[in-house]
Amino acid sequence: MTPVRAAFLPLTDSAVLVAAREKGFAEAQGIDLELVRTTSWATLRDRLVYGQVQAAQMLAPLAVAVTLGLSQQPAALSAPFKLNSNGNMLVMSGEFAAALEQDLPARLADPLGTGHDFAAAIGLFRRKPIIGIVHRFSGHALMLRYWLGSVGIDPERDVVLRVLPPSLTVEAMRLGEIDGFIAGDPWPAAAIAQGLAEAVAIGARIWQRGVEKVLALRTDWMEAHAETVDRLLVALAAAARWCDDPANRGELAALLARDAYVGEPAELIEAGLAGQVIPRADAPPVAQADFLLFHREATAFPWRSQALWIYSQLVRWHQAEPSAEAEVAAGAVFRPDIYRRALGASGEAMPGASMKLEGAVTSPIGVGAHRGALTLGPDRFFDGRVFDPERLNEYLAGFSGTR
Amino acid sequence: MRIVIVDDSGARASVLEEGLREAGYDDIHFVPPRGAFVARIERMAPDVVLMDLGSPSRDTLEEMLLVSRALAKPIAMFVDQSDDTMIGAAIDAGVSAYVVDGLRKDRVKPILELAVRRFTAFSRMQSELDEARTALANRKTIDKAKAILMAQRGLNEADAYALLRSTAMNQGRRLVDVAEALITASSLLGGGAA
Repeated sequence: MTPVRAAFLPLTDSAVLVAAREKGFAEAQGIDLELVRTTSWATLRDRLVYGQVQAAQMLAPLAVAVTLGLSQQPAALSAPFKLNSNGNMLVMSGEFAAALEQDLPARLADPLGTGHDFAAAIGLFRRKPIIGIVHRFSGHALMLRYWLGSVGIDPERDVVLRVLPPSLTVEAMRLGEIDGFIAGDPWPAAAIAQGLAEAVAIGARIWQRGVEKVLALRTDWMEAHAETVDRLLVALAAAARWCDDPANRGELAALLARDAYVGEPAELIEAGLAGQVIPRADAPPVAQADFLLFHREATAFPWRSQALWIYSQLVRWHQAEPSAEAEVAAGAVFRPDIYRRALGASGEAMPGASMKLEGAVTSPIGVGAHRGALTLGPDRFFDGRVFDPERLNEYLAGFSGTR
Repeated sequence: MRIVIVDDSGARASVLEEGLREAGYDDIHFVPPRGAFVARIERMAPDVVLMDLGSPSRDTLEEMLLVSRALAKPIAMFVDQSDDTMIGAAIDAGVSAYVVDGLRKDRVKPILELAVRRFTAFSRMQSELDEARTALANRKTIDKAKAILMAQRGLNEADAYALLRSTAMNQGRRLVDVAEALITASSLLGGGAA
């Protein structure tokens, strides 16, 4: 057995790592996978960068930021496998949400209209609304900025973005320290269940296939342990397949509910896995297809174009200095080559390309694959923009009005 | 040199403060990581911030360090990035440190080393305390199981203990686990001696 230590945060999208350990997928590949629970992204990052763990469930933008030297000690990180797509939700206090559409399914179905209502609600609110994000380099922070920016809200001038860890979001709502927050499941659902907030926007409706957590490895470690990495990816792919199977939802939710993992009620976690969004404590659930994806549509495949989209947003919000070198380095964090090497013989659907247009698929479409049929689901951004990784500067220029 | 300690555990912070004062540092402040704690730190303009690596609020602090204008370009973490043993020791001890840029390395290193020693000493104290508590609880469990065997099988204390021990050895289990199983079984069967 090869020991591998992996750090994670208590979130529903730690599911693939948890299943790999608890359902024996790692063991079947000769890997003794030890999971290290961590309560901040900073500590997860430090454990990975300084070699206390070999792998981590990392926010995709954080992996890019560490590689570019934007988050403490610079280190070359690689993401050969994505742990999920989507799973986020923006929730706001009832007081703030009172100025939004009161037909909850309609509010969630129309992110553009809700965005404009949100802009109006800011003016009516008693203070500049304080919105919690879990990290500046998180997929949901970028998605929130994208959404606000698209309706003319300047995320740095018109609202206050406050960083706090997912596990403290609910308490901060209770104390009135924040007026809302965007985070991964189950924390938004927990705030709603306790009557502290209501759903305002679902990540999957801002970007239908939003990049979320990746398996992050130190590039030097990954290169020195190719054979272990390959077995780890085979184990994770099997675990992801298991997690995506509706028949396993109850068992997966019960596993994640343990204190060693997420430590929140299984019903809450299971509702998220099933895409059942309860928008307000007293309201019936709204079905959200693709609320959270683990395996289908080759979810785990690390499209380089997605790493470059992240880079485009870091540049857009002046978090990264644009340069040709930085662009190359950011794109190279996602490693489709390692994914192919590890899973080439596994029967997983394998995309033929490593980059694609992001946001161009409006209805499920079959794409070129080396093996097996691969259908990509719709991946539109709510405002209809398409990201062409070959035309990054043109894409950025298109945002000039909002930043 | 102004040092701010961000810590939830009053006891650990005191242990650290005591060490720092003994070493001659006297400008030391505590800030519990709650509410608007980053604003408080910002106003204090510290040279060094020490924080528990396990605190969920590290992301909040780092965000402040990134956007703050009050602190002159604060730099990260461990003093000497090339010093792997020091970094390893700091992570093992659960210490993270943030230091104002420009502060000389030789001035900061003793503070970090001291923090690592004190954090380690504190967690050793805690684990010794935990071990002592566990040992006491285990002994009570085993005594209870012995009493059941003595009452129900008419054994003397030494024989009851020997029986528990040989059962544990034969089953490859811990003595206390066998004792616990016996107590549970006995209470299910309505055994009186427990």
